[in-house]
Amino acid sequence: MTGTRPIDAYETEWRRPTVFASHRTKWIVYGLGIAFLAWNVWEARVSLERFVYGLGQGAVLLEGMVPPDFGVSVTANGIETERSFWRIYEGMVETLAMSIVATVAGVAISVPVAVMAAENLVPRPVYYVGRAIVSVTRAMHELIVGIVLVVGFGFGALAGVLALVFATPGFFAKLLAEDLEDIDPAQLDAVRSTGAGPLSVLVYGVLPQVLPRMIGLTIYRWDINLRASTILGIVGAGGIGATLNTAFNTYEYDYAMAILLAIIALVVLGEIISAYTRRRVQ
Amino acid sequence: MADTEDRDGVTEYPEWNRHDVTTRLVRFLGLLGAVSLTVLAWRGLGVRYEYVASAPTEIRNLFGRMYPPDVAYTGDIVTPMLHTVNIAVVGTLGAICLALPVAYLGARNTTPNDATYAIGKLIISGSRSVHSIIWALVFVIMFGTGVLAGILAVTFRSIGFIAKLLAEEIEEIDETAVEAVRATGGGPLDVLIYGVVPQVKAGFVGIAVYRWDINVREATIIGLVGAGGIGVELNNRINAFDWPAVLTILLAILAVVLVSEFVSAYARRMVR
Amino acid sequence: MLSISTLGKTYGTGERALDDVSFDVEGSQVVAVIGPSGAGKSTLIRCINRLTEPTDGEVRLDGTNLTSLSNRELRAARREIGMVFQEYALVERLTVMENVLSGRLGYVSTWRGFRRKFPQEDVQQAYATLDRVGLRGHEDDRADELSGGQRQRVGIARAVLQRPKIVLADEPTSSLDPETSRAVMELLTEIAREESIPVLINIHEVPLAREHADRIIGLTDGKLVFDGTPDELDDRALDRIYRSEEPGGNADRQGTPEPEPTAGDDVNPPLERVKADARSSPEGR
Repeated sequence: MTGTRPIDAYETEWRRPTVFASHRTKWIVYGLGIAFLAWNVWEARVSLERFVYGLGQGAVLLEGMVPPDFGVSVTANGIETERSFWRIYEGMVETLAMSIVATVAGVAISVPVAVMAAENLVPRPVYYVGRAIVSVTRAMHELIVGIVLVVGFGFGALAGVLALVFATPGFFAKLLAEDLEDIDPAQLDAVRSTGAGPLSVLVYGVLPQVLPRMIGLTIYRWDINLRASTILGIVGAGGIGATLNTAFNTYEYDYAMAILLAIIALVVLGEIISAYTRRRVQ
Repeated sequence: MADTEDRDGVTEYPEWNRHDVTTRLVRFLGLLGAVSLTVLAWRGLGVRYEYVASAPTEIRNLFGRMYPPDVAYTGDIVTPMLHTVNIAVVGTLGAICLALPVAYLGARNTTPNDATYAIGKLIISGSRSVHSIIWALVFVIMFGTGVLAGILAVTFRSIGFIAKLLAEEIEEIDETAVEAVRATGGGPLDVLIYGVVPQVKAGFVGIAVYRWDINVREATIIGLVGAGGIGVELNNRINAFDWPAVLTILLAILAVVLVSEFVSAYARRMVR
Repeated sequence: MLSISTLGKTYGTGERALDDVSFDVEGSQVVAVIGPSGAGKSTLIRCINRLTEPTDGEVRLDGTNLTSLSNRELRAARREIGMVFQEYALVERLTVMENVLSGRLGYVSTWRGFRRKFPQEDVQQAYATLDRVGLRGHEDDRADELSGGQRQRVGIARAVLQRPKIVLADEPTSSLDPETSRAVMELLTEIAREESIPVLINIHEVPLAREHADRIIGLTDGKLVFDGTPDELDDRALDRIYRSEEPGGNADRQGTPEPEPTAGDDVNPPLERVKADARSSPEGR
């Protein structure tokens, strides 16, 4: 098919447009990217010998793990539980308790941070402070905060709870702030025009618009806190993780496997509850 | 305001309430449940109140001991920091390789049959429900302390995440566009390159970069159980009560994580 | 010449979508296939290039029996059959040019295709075709930046670039507004003339079919019930197509099957209106 001009009037070359400034830039970026990846692989210096040896060790480990030992034994007169079973039970209860307390306290401090980090509600300087808090608490992993706090407060759940509370604004305030930025400004003006003060504006204009979302986020955060609580014990900050760490360190792999299964069950249960409640609320 | 004059047939306005009785009851019970659960949880923790009361002082003391950060120490953490980034990059690469077939199995429209779909879903949820530090514990036992265990921990944790999102991406492709390429007489590879890849490429790059960003953060902690990276150094400094050095490490982690977050966000904007 | 004989398709569910359909198409004929939804129009088109596998009968293109080809041979045969789709079926994240050039994928090696290194004459042809369909200057736009009408023009350009022996169009106008629909139909008709190839078009709107087609084929319940010129498509013929009137006469069967609701009622007017329009426009405009 011919166009409006004779066929030879049309170009014979076509190059795919690129998002980069030019095709040359594109190849430079690709080259650098590949070089970076290659350097990383080389830098890791993984020797095949060690890898194969590890696989053998893995087989030994797996053998030690199966069957898992929950510390429950069946004797002639029925089921008997041992101390190790109670350690799992207590660890699980502590994990659960930590997640709940940390969620309540964490949300309590995150709400004001969220307001601070919402561009449309506060003056500029306050906004920057709010964003900074969100960034810093997001960047630091719970375990890092946990290990530092353990030194400050000693082993136990308090350090773990505080670590989780510290990490909460990075998630909760960030997402809530985004919702606050999306609220309908006309409703705020309506409340303001009745002569209401700033606090009343928050309660009557802002809160009703974001409350369901807040409840949803709280439950979501609890779910995350529950996961984190299961591992904080590895650095001594309370919960089932401590028991798991000890089991690995003392080569009780079958007991460790039992704890792992218990952790997975708890995490999956938490996820189901969280997903179900969030669907109901929103 | 309720009009209470009910003489002479004047209409009596009902009292206004925000919600009807059942809604209020459910809300009240929900709130009561939440409060009592919190109280119960708090008592279950058995934390002594004086500890809580002294918390602010303790934290201030801790910071007092840390400040000012040990600037001279900065040079020593460059290598472990590079290892951290290494672990994140290689771990993500490994996870991508392993996640591709899993995503293929876990996507409704590409999986061969119900059994393979179940296997795909099982791998995805299994990988996701074990935290990377637990994977690290396991791999340190297998491969000894060091970067290798860290890489594998990051890899195994990321498979599920990448495979899940990628499977969703595959499920969303426009089949008619694929069919159109087939209708021009293109072979299976042509169909893949022109029909499928362009549709999932942006999503795939986004997922990979996003996971890499998460993995940088994860790679900072797996060293706490000996799986290489900055975590090892942090653990050592804390055990030595070298607090100014600890603060240096914390600031370095903060910087690296924020930079990788920025890079990741930028890269994801570019590919859209 | 495209020759279809006793073509049939039974789906896995047992549904008989196409039953004993035979007709020939040649020259630069524009053939419109009309019929109610579910009559098997799409199945017919898709059975020709075997995007849907027919269960019986034959399709021959210039003597080659398409229904008996191996996968590799089928791919070679598909290069000679251009196809235009209902929802454009462009790869939205690729540029307009890549979509058009993908019409040449059957001719170039996979490696060249991968690098987007198409032969010079193909690129030249692609530029010319884009100019012809009125999209000059849009080469580097991404397909998802275009309007519906523009996208369908890219789809047509892709089919034309195959230098096909026939173009199949599966409801090419059903996602478009009436104005654009007419323009797309005009373009398809002109292509038939300029390339001297037949164009087979599935279409819902009877007036559009009358206006542009040289020949109309009516399908009902998978059977060919009408084959003639637009002039021959009178009320009785329309009744036969749309009410599947049987000799016994189901007089009480009032509910005419409505056309598939695709992109809004203004695009697909209710059948009664379609028929009224069809009657009021004697022989196209």
